[in-house]
Amino acid sequence: MDSQSKLVEYDYSVAKLFTYSTLVLGFIGMLIGVILAFQLAYPELNYLIGEYGTFGRLRPLHTSAIIFGFTFSGIFASWYYMGQRLLKISLAEHPFILRLAHIHFYLYVLIIILAVISLLMGITTSKEYAELEWPLDLLVVVSWLLWGVIMSAMVGVRREKSLYVSLWYYIATFLTVSMLYVFNNASVPTYFISGLGDWYHSVSMYSGTNDAMIQWWYGHNAVAFVFTVPIVGIIYYFLPKESMQPLFSYKLSLLSFWGLIFIYVWAGGHHVLYSTAPDWMQTLGSVMSIILIMPSWGSAINMFLTMKGEWQQIQENIALKFMLFASTFYMLSTIEGPLQAIKSVNALAHFTDWIVGHVHDGTLGWVAFIIIAAIIHMTPRMFKREIYSRSLLETQFWIQTIGVVLYFSSLWIAGITQGMMWRATDEYGILLYSFIDTVNILHPYYVIRAIGGSLYLIGFTLFIYNIYKTITCGKVLEKEPVGATPMQRG
Amino acid sequence: MFHWLEERPFMFAAVVIVFTAFAGIVELIPDFAKSSRPLVGTKPYTVLQLAGRGVYIKESCNSCHSQLIRPFKSETARYGMYSLSGEYAYDRPFLWGSKRTGPDLLRVGNYRTTDWHEYHMWEPKDVMPTSIMPAYKHMFTNLAKIETAYAEAYTVKKVFNVPYDKEGMPVLGSFEEAKALALKEAKEIAKDMKSKEVKALLEDGKVPEIVAMIAYLNSLK
Repeated sequence: MDSQSKLVEYDYSVAKLFTYSTLVLGFIGMLIGVILAFQLAYPELNYLIGEYGTFGRLRPLHTSAIIFGFTFSGIFASWYYMGQRLLKISLAEHPFILRLAHIHFYLYVLIIILAVISLLMGITTSKEYAELEWPLDLLVVVSWLLWGVIMSAMVGVRREKSLYVSLWYYIATFLTVSMLYVFNNASVPTYFISGLGDWYHSVSMYSGTNDAMIQWWYGHNAVAFVFTVPIVGIIYYFLPKESMQPLFSYKLSLLSFWGLIFIYVWAGGHHVLYSTAPDWMQTLGSVMSIILIMPSWGSAINMFLTMKGEWQQIQENIALKFMLFASTFYMLSTIEGPLQAIKSVNALAHFTDWIVGHVHDGTLGWVAFIIIAAIIHMTPRMFKREIYSRSLLETQFWIQTIGVVLYFSSLWIAGITQGMMWRATDEYGILLYSFIDTVNILHPYYVIRAIGGSLYLIGFTLFIYNIYKTITCGKVLEKEPVGATPMQRG
Repeated sequence: MFHWLEERPFMFAAVVIVFTAFAGIVELIPDFAKSSRPLVGTKPYTVLQLAGRGVYIKESCNSCHSQLIRPFKSETARYGMYSLSGEYAYDRPFLWGSKRTGPDLLRVGNYRTTDWHEYHMWEPKDVMPTSIMPAYKHMFTNLAKIETAYAEAYTVKKVFNVPYDKEGMPVLGSFEEAKALALKEAKEIAKDMKSKEVKALLEDGKVPEIVAMIAYLNSLK
């Protein structure tokens, strides 16, 4: 093949578009999060935009904007960047796939806009992270399958025969999210049966306990196959690229991958402990959650050992700093999760802010940091410019790190305090506190949490500014940098 | 084996599907039928209650309130009898929630009254001075979706055999009948309410969200 001998110029047009949407949706999602955090401390903030601004209306918007907006944009941006490189093809050679990829982006944006409108109007199924009603669900399925077609086509025309680790994670993400999404969102549109009422309304295919079990099989694995699997795929590519170190162990990556995708799905049961779900299923969920530590830590350890003897690099390389810090948080989060899945611990932790804290040390400390690192690595290569300001990135790193620490530590304390107060009894076995007592005590922690979240948002805003300046006036690069991403001092 | 798979994306994908689908099949299917059986005495929601449930969902009340009482003494002392699977048989979707920013509501109908809810939804701080719950004044003017609620009840009756119109079960009938019944039920509730606005709307044949909401909350026992 003579095209192999020619220098292939990658087409980054779609990767760039998804990078923009990562930044925009990340900002919106985090901003709504900060508003929600302040609402819990200062409830007057519920009335900023009439009935549309209450905590209940904004909360699904926050989770959806972060999961389906920010995180998926980051996942897609990374895919359209590294997919070409790992498969040794360029989208420029395949105009049809490239066109599909553009359609993918615009369809995605359309869905996001419709989702924002419908959630603000209160059109929701109530199922967490699956709030969209059936017409939007159908659009989501179309756009998701489109991505699947694009991915399959790119894999189909690849020049590199063997699939690198990152691609395994992406394939698993595509397949598993398809399965989860379709089953959990299965519903019957009421208008088609009765000819009455809102045309977009539907009723869940499952009832009660079954609905709960399917929801948490989905909900837990939304965490698994959006916040973990593709993010691990991203770090598997960008960490070796930034550090110029080969991956420490192929075997460890094999074990972690197959272990992770097999065991993760079982663990959903830990969301319904002490509920009316079958007891054996709860126990199974709990046990599998503990076992899950192994493949989770396997990936993280693989990252750390890849840096063996090369730790001096993080003094200079901020993208690496983000990734290794994120791996640390990944380890923290993946030992905290199993801990909370132990039945006796869950009895205390469930329904409290400790769970919210756990989610956020994972998302803020791990997911967002990896996506930020990926954007730091990709931007100079896509736009052929140096990162605008190194010191700004450094500042951002520390502001966000302090933000995360304030966030999760305050919610740990809040959650455990409230959990203990709910169960506290006097010597006669009478409850010591009324519910409102356990709310009043949380105020200072809610304030600290809101400050932590704000710091994180400020850091992210600095990042958006830095990337904007990079794209518009960073120092032009003559050729593609190898290894550490070049940055301007100052 | 793994090297072999890595060069064959199709086979690779097939193995991934087996690996990830396995757990769902083992965990979800065996007890599926058992878990969908109603407890004796559990009844499906009336159209008005269903409309109220729609308001509950629209406002994402389940973001902050659970409807799941766990079998601990500290929970049964606070909220009442722990949950049984069959009680949820007509809940589509389930509304267990995952966070208790406010108290559990599974049996709120046992210990709160219509007028309590009316004051509380209008301004929670009037009832509980340090409450962090937002006020829902717009529920007093927005109209409940009786037609959509009827459509929902009709759908579950047709598709899932929910026992409406059976002996001792709520009556559904035609939409006109159901609408008249819902209005009657709503007026019954409004007798315990103070709001003149709400009463005026009901006289007009319109059901404000708050009345449907209270009908739903009162049904939680």
